[in-house]
Amino acid sequence: MKRRHFVKRTALGSLAGLLGAEIVFGANMPDNYDLLGLQDPDPFKLFGKDKEMLVLNSKPWNMEAMAHLLDDKITPNPYIFVRNNGKVPEDINEKEWTITFDGESVKEEKTFSLEELKSKFKHYTYQLTLECGGNGRKEFDPPAKGNQWGIGAVYCANWTGVRLGDVLDYVGIKSDAVYIGYHAIDKHLSGDPTKQPISRGVPISKAYMDETLLAFQMNGKDIPLVHGFPLRLVCGGWPASTSGKWVNRISVRNKVHDGEKMTGTSYKVPCHPVAPGEKVKEEDMCIIESMPVKSLITYPKSGAQLANGKKLNIRGHAWAGELEVSKVFYSIDFGVTWSECTLEKPVNRLAWQHFKASISFPKTGYYEVWARAVDANGESQPMLVPGWNPKGYLNNACHRIAVKIV
Amino acid sequence: MKGQENFRNQVKGIYNVLVVSCIMVFLIGILGVIYMVSPSSFSFKTDSPKTEMITVTEEGDEDNWDKIEDGVHLRTGLKDGEGLMTVVNNCTNCHSAQLVIQNRMNREKWVETIRWMQETQNLWDLGKNEEVILDYLVTNYPLLKKGRRENLTNIEWYTLNE
Repeated sequence: MKRRHFVKRTALGSLAGLLGAEIVFGANMPDNYDLLGLQDPDPFKLFGKDKEMLVLNSKPWNMEAMAHLLDDKITPNPYIFVRNNGKVPEDINEKEWTITFDGESVKEEKTFSLEELKSKFKHYTYQLTLECGGNGRKEFDPPAKGNQWGIGAVYCANWTGVRLGDVLDYVGIKSDAVYIGYHAIDKHLSGDPTKQPISRGVPISKAYMDETLLAFQMNGKDIPLVHGFPLRLVCGGWPASTSGKWVNRISVRNKVHDGEKMTGTSYKVPCHPVAPGEKVKEEDMCIIESMPVKSLITYPKSGAQLANGKKLNIRGHAWAGELEVSKVFYSIDFGVTWSECTLEKPVNRLAWQHFKASISFPKTGYYEVWARAVDANGESQPMLVPGWNPKGYLNNACHRIAVKIV
Repeated sequence: MKGQENFRNQVKGIYNVLVVSCIMVFLIGILGVIYMVSPSSFSFKTDSPKTEMITVTEEGDEDNWDKIEDGVHLRTGLKDGEGLMTVVNNCTNCHSAQLVIQNRMNREKWVETIRWMQETQNLWDLGKNEEVILDYLVTNYPLLKKGRRENLTNIEWYTLNE
């Protein structure tokens, strides 16, 4: 009898051991194990992306669209660019997800479950344009280091969530609050658990804007994992790096947030214009806030050959960070003359706007169609690559497509 | 009586099977515990950074692992050249080689980048390898002059019927 008990107990013990081991496998996977999963040779399948998306980097995963892929008014997931600073998290349990509000300037630290967040606060849905601060980096000369983005690190999706401002009001913030900084669960590339890949933020004024959301849905569905499931901070019109993915903590700060990629030269441009290649001191670099005016011709795809005498119908989107786009022009003579496009009003603030035009060409030959948007303040996209900056941000040079009339 | 004997034997048989399986489960459990305490003892490797991607290869045999075709190191996409393996072994542990290939810098900027990685991204001291790596990078991925705006290139022409 005693022996039988012993056997039984050890059997249970080893089963518990097995269960324990299984939990460890899930919660604390060794680095190379989770790398194996996310090093899947088919990132298109892994993230549900279109085969035409360009992979810039497989570790960490970075992918961008081409202009013609962004033709939809609301960008569907397959064409949304992927930008990661660290490793994409795995095994997220939505039911156990919490978000904590802390920092020097909260009256009291508070934690909400995802369910609480969803049930306590009113839901809002906005179309919000998110563009990577480094979109267009590849055109800078001398080059800036980092992923060499072309034109496709931008999109406009429909985000649903609660207003960050409503939650901050509920939590209670002190009068000395100046900034919020997000923290998330993604892991540093080196595997160092003490390092955060990225922890950026925005001033309190931006945090309190109606369109600044703690979002749990993108385009009417759960946010795709690679875009921040189950909770993402969305700050439309600002460098997309301020829209933290997989957010589980918001710190309300009494100074400019000093998390990873807020300091040094990250997401900063010279406060005063500099010559290409010039060295800029850290204290002379200013944090990027609103993104500049820009546009993309999303139809037709570059390379169209059209019969002489036929009209070319172009269309695309224009956006201007915090501002509205007031006009979009096109040129078919390398900027010598410009014609105005038809431009729609934005669906809501910070959503990109749609433009179109019908173009006649005078004779056969090689043409480039250029698009140039102007914002509400009268600032226009440059035809050349704008002011050089050490990290290659904010290239809003006008978009060009090649057309042949035959 | 005979029925009872039979039944007893059957029970004994089942009992033995149970004991054996319990021992096996127990052993697996111990392995699990060892795994929890020290996951690395299961990875059978001598040099962890280099081996972490072995699982990706299809053939997996040593010959193909560092195969070079048309002057390109297939596994990473890096150009073949003096110092290639030093670059592969030191520069592709945290990020992919694509990040190296995309970037064009002069020696000074590469040194700056290495210092930044050492100060903030846990890159180790490269010792004598630093010179080898720098030589490889500036030789194989030299700076290209782009000017203020390049011509449109790689245009795929197609007929548009409107």
